[in-house]
Amino acid sequence: MSDGRSDPLRISFTLNGEPTTVEVSPSERLLDLLRYRLGLTGTKEGCAEGECGACTVYLDGLPVDSCLVPAYQVRGRLVETIESLDPKGMAHYHARGTTQCGACTPGVVMTAEWIVRHPDRLETHTVRELMAGNLCRCTGYDGIIEGVEGALGDREAG
Amino acid sequence: MSVLLPGSLAEALGSLAADPDLVPMAGGTDLLVHWPQRTELHERSYLDLSGVEELRPHRWEADELVLGGLTTYWDIIEDRRAWNELPLLIDAARQVGSVQIQTRGSWAGNIVNASPAADGVPVLMAYDAVVVLDSTRGRSEVPLSGFYSGYKEMRRSPDELVTEIRVPRRAYDVQIFEKVGSRRAQAITKVGVAVTRSDAGWRVVANSVAPFVCRCPALERILEEGAAVGGPDDLLPGIREDVSPIDDIRSTAEYRENVLARLLYYDLLDLCPSFG
Ligand SMILES: Cc1cc2nc3c(=O)[nH]c(=O)nc-3n(C[C@H](O)[C@H](O)[C@H](O)COP(=O)(O)OP(=O)(O)OC[C@H]3O[C@@H](n4cnc5c(N)ncnc54)[C@H](O)[C@@H]3O)c2cc1C
Ligand code: FES
Ligand code: FES
Repeated sequence: MSDGRSDPLRISFTLNGEPTTVEVSPSERLLDLLRYRLGLTGTKEGCAEGECGACTVYLDGLPVDSCLVPAYQVRGRLVETIESLDPKGMAHYHARGTTQCGACTPGVVMTAEWIVRHPDRLETHTVRELMAGNLCRCTGYDGIIEGVEGALGDREAG
Repeated sequence: MSVLLPGSLAEALGSLAADPDLVPMAGGTDLLVHWPQRTELHERSYLDLSGVEELRPHRWEADELVLGGLTTYWDIIEDRRAWNELPLLIDAARQVGSVQIQTRGSWAGNIVNASPAADGVPVLMAYDAVVVLDSTRGRSEVPLSGFYSGYKEMRRSPDELVTEIRVPRRAYDVQIFEKVGSRRAQAITKVGVAVTRSDAGWRVVANSVAPFVCRCPALERILEEGAAVGGPDDLLPGIREDVSPIDDIRSTAEYRENVLARLLYYDLLDLCPSFG
């Protein structure tokens, strides 16, 4: 199927578990669609160039920078944002100083929770390597790494 | 701006034949950088490849690994067979940006973006990869080592898509990839080098030291002939024959030459009897 050219494109996808249909403009990024049209402002914009990870969401279960994803590319796919996570699962991050000013935190928590859900990745990668796409100006990173380790420990214990 | 959303390769190639000005969009990790400010890019028309499912999978054949035109770094990192057989693909993939870039960025996009600092290209070139290009006119296959002819100049016509990258499966006894950047992740390479040795001989491929990623025939000859190399500086004449590093915001030409010489020397010291 070839859709019309400059016109808005009608796309359907699954957003945080809900079937969603919207019109997107060809120049719209996933980040813009989420924040400015769907009101999901938990996803932050830091750099607009894939460096900082503040805009991290899951696309088909993998962390991606939503500032680098054309909105039309999510058609037929699964998108999950920070709003999909259970706030009750955040206690270990609070306890270990994973967040200070909070600007990086939604992105950090998205990557962190992805690691926690897939601990098998740690057979080949360190937490630090997997978290390297999330920049933080406040914590010095130790609080982030300890938060992930705490969450992993809780999961093992639980 | 406008975009076409083909659902099959035939449709994508047909669209590109009709309008070769269309810009293929794969993972967008090069094309969407600073997108809101780069308004000139909003004037272009795009051909979205993400719906062309047949381009995504990679496959292992008897004598080669075939990457698809949309295969990502993460697709290969997830494949344990690649870790065992073609470990430089893993070494390079893990050093591209960060996980968020690796899950989106494609090997084909890395090749066509044609940055002199590309990290996927040198390891593919050191493995003698072949770029497969398709158009409605037919198929062409170009060895990656002969794909570039100048800065961002390559043997791809505007109506062609990279649909496969074929990587021969050979037994290697030397496989090295080094990337020097300002930090481990999210850093553009200042100097990089990939080295392999198989029955097909030595391959030395350097990045960030020439207008495009290239093989280094003079260095390969030194290794092939077993010429005596007493220290890193003995490699400098070969390096100067093969590459032409420049001063830029990330580094200087002198630094690049010297680091390249030292990387090669110390990595090969224990492997080459002629190095002492
Ligand atoms: C924060 C950040 C860090 C990065 N770090 C690195 C790094 O460390 N090392 C590195 O090498 N790169 C790095 N990159 C660059 C980029 O991620 C890679 O070059 C990536 O491989 C590009 O793939 P893509 O699918 O995202 O390409 P796109 O952005 O979609 O496309 C890139 C180019 O290739 C063309 N193209 C794509 N697919 C095809 C095809 N099948 N046929 C024909 N043309 C095609 C497009 O038209 C465009 O010109 C980084 C980028 C970012 C944003
Ligand atoms: S805003 Fe997307 S990575 Fe920084
Ligand atoms: S908590 Fe402030 S940037 Fe990370």
